[in-house]
Amino acid sequence: MSLLYIDDLRVSYGGIEALKGISLSVEKGEIVTLIGANGAGKSTTLRAISGLVPIKTGTITYDGSVISGMTPQRIVAEGICMVPEGRHVFPNLTVLENLRIGAYLRKDDIQPDIEHVYQLFPRLRERSWQLAGTLSGGEQQMLAVGRALMMRPKLLMMDEPSLGLAPLVIRDIFSIIRTLHEEGITILLVEQNANAALRIADSAYVLETGSLGMHGTGEELLNDPRVKDAYLGKAAQKKMNSNGGTHA
Amino acid sequence: MNAYAKQKSRVPVILSFLIILAVYVAVFIAEQNLPPTSMLFTVLKKGATYALVAVSMNLLNGFTGIFSLGQAGFMLVGAYTYAIFTIPLSQRASVYQYFDGGIVQFTLPVPLAMILAGLVAAFFAFLIGLPVLRLKSDYLAIATLGFAEIIRAIFQWNQLGPLTNGSNMLRLFPNFNDFNIRNADGQVTVYLSTLIPFLISGLCIALIVMLIHSGYGRAFKAIRDDEIAAEAMGINLAHHKRLAFSISSFFAGIGGAMLAMYQTTVQAKSFTSAMTYEILLIVVIGGVGSVTGSVFSSFLFVACSEWWLRFLDEKQIIGDFEVPLLRNGFRLVVFSVIIMIVVLFFRRGIMGTKELPDLFRKRRIKPGKEG
Repeated sequence: MSLLYIDDLRVSYGGIEALKGISLSVEKGEIVTLIGANGAGKSTTLRAISGLVPIKTGTITYDGSVISGMTPQRIVAEGICMVPEGRHVFPNLTVLENLRIGAYLRKDDIQPDIEHVYQLFPRLRERSWQLAGTLSGGEQQMLAVGRALMMRPKLLMMDEPSLGLAPLVIRDIFSIIRTLHEEGITILLVEQNANAALRIADSAYVLETGSLGMHGTGEELLNDPRVKDAYLGKAAQKKMNSNGGTHA
Repeated sequence: MNAYAKQKSRVPVILSFLIILAVYVAVFIAEQNLPPTSMLFTVLKKGATYALVAVSMNLLNGFTGIFSLGQAGFMLVGAYTYAIFTIPLSQRASVYQYFDGGIVQFTLPVPLAMILAGLVAAFFAFLIGLPVLRLKSDYLAIATLGFAEIIRAIFQWNQLGPLTNGSNMLRLFPNFNDFNIRNADGQVTVYLSTLIPFLISGLCIALIVMLIHSGYGRAFKAIRDDEIAAEAMGINLAHHKRLAFSISSFFAGIGGAMLAMYQTTVQAKSFTSAMTYEILLIVVIGGVGSVTGSVFSSFLFVACSEWWLRFLDEKQIIGDFEVPLLRNGFRLVVFSVIIMIVVLFFRRGIMGTKELPDLFRKRRIKPGKEG
């Protein structure tokens, strides 16, 4: 059974329908990625799962129970955590305080989790007492991921983790995603950087202005000519060709 | 505690406690030895009162990021609650002379009445908060300001006279001077009229500081920093905002009760929005987000406005020379200029976001200076 199953989800902002009935499923232990252009509804999908935007119709089932209509607090407590787009760390709190806020709903000992996050991101340990606003973009992204991990999520949703970061830092972020995946966390990844996202994804969906387009494994979509044209760009296509790609 | 907390030394905290203790001892000694009519005590009493209200406002504006201007309204509620329930039965007939002695025909002990003052203010805040806290920044400020004005008008309403004495003042309730210990002849043996307000205010501020350092306080700061992220972390925005608003108003209510004691009379028309602005000014001058700053600037503000700048209002003659410009009202002009200078050159207030123990810590790298 899928960990997360979305059935005919519709969300509208005022009169504008941002999601026009999408259905998708996330299997336990997978990395699932949603790719698409600006305004396709990727972030809205994540916000709807988190309970941050009201749903018009449709149901979201998580781990066998319906979570659509629950408050964001309940949903976080169920084990679905989001790393919001643009990082959104708390700039005037220290790194450590940011991590503690991440575990806000937990009542048990969070010390092992802080230690775990510091092991994943040694840079954060060095900057434990520094205000989060003074970190670099990449460090802030690490903090945002670390903060979400403090809730011990079963499903981690990441909204554009590579946004505004240098290519080298993006590589680090994606290697962290892989590490988390190996630890058994199911990941729903929203990305504009389709190339990188598809490479690590077990399963991928393409969103086009509110409706789902193609669906397949990461590799299938990576090699699909339509995806290449629309999302990977000519450069990627050329690179593929020179690497002995099958499509012309 | 854990391994990461150990990196902060305890010495600065202990030093701070010693300083605060020294201040209390100094107040006590000064009170026994200086004439009770000295301006110093007026300033200290009002300063202690304003310090509490300023810290309560800082909890809201500086730590939770809710820009509320309702402080005077909640102080009014607190002051009236305190006054109504503590006027001695024997005096009620003369206080409520137009309303047949009023409808409240019992008195509460002073500590109980003060707590009740806070609770009633908090209850009002809870009710107001339900609709108003959906608003943000300037809109919220305008709505709370409007609330304070409405409260002021309602408390002066003649129909409520049996409870609030209408637009007449409430008086003859216990004030700070009643804390002095007297012997059988009515002679004061131990002066406590300044120390007690210091203790009340200090206790309340200590509670607020503890709240700020608790998990709730961290959640408040998270909301201030980034509402979207706070919600994504599972913090219930509406609940926490209401909580902060009610707690802040609770302490504003107690501050109102203290102001009633300081003034010895209560009249709704004195709780104007100008009072809120004074407190806002104290918070801004002290540093938004610094409890120490709020306390410090309260005393500074009260001392300047009540004492040190008074001479500007009177004619000063040095030899044969009459200093020009000095006349009634000039104090306020100078005061405004000082405030403008402070705001221009100390943009983050006297303390910024630092607290007393931070002053003894080794200077860390300033935020923003490192990549």
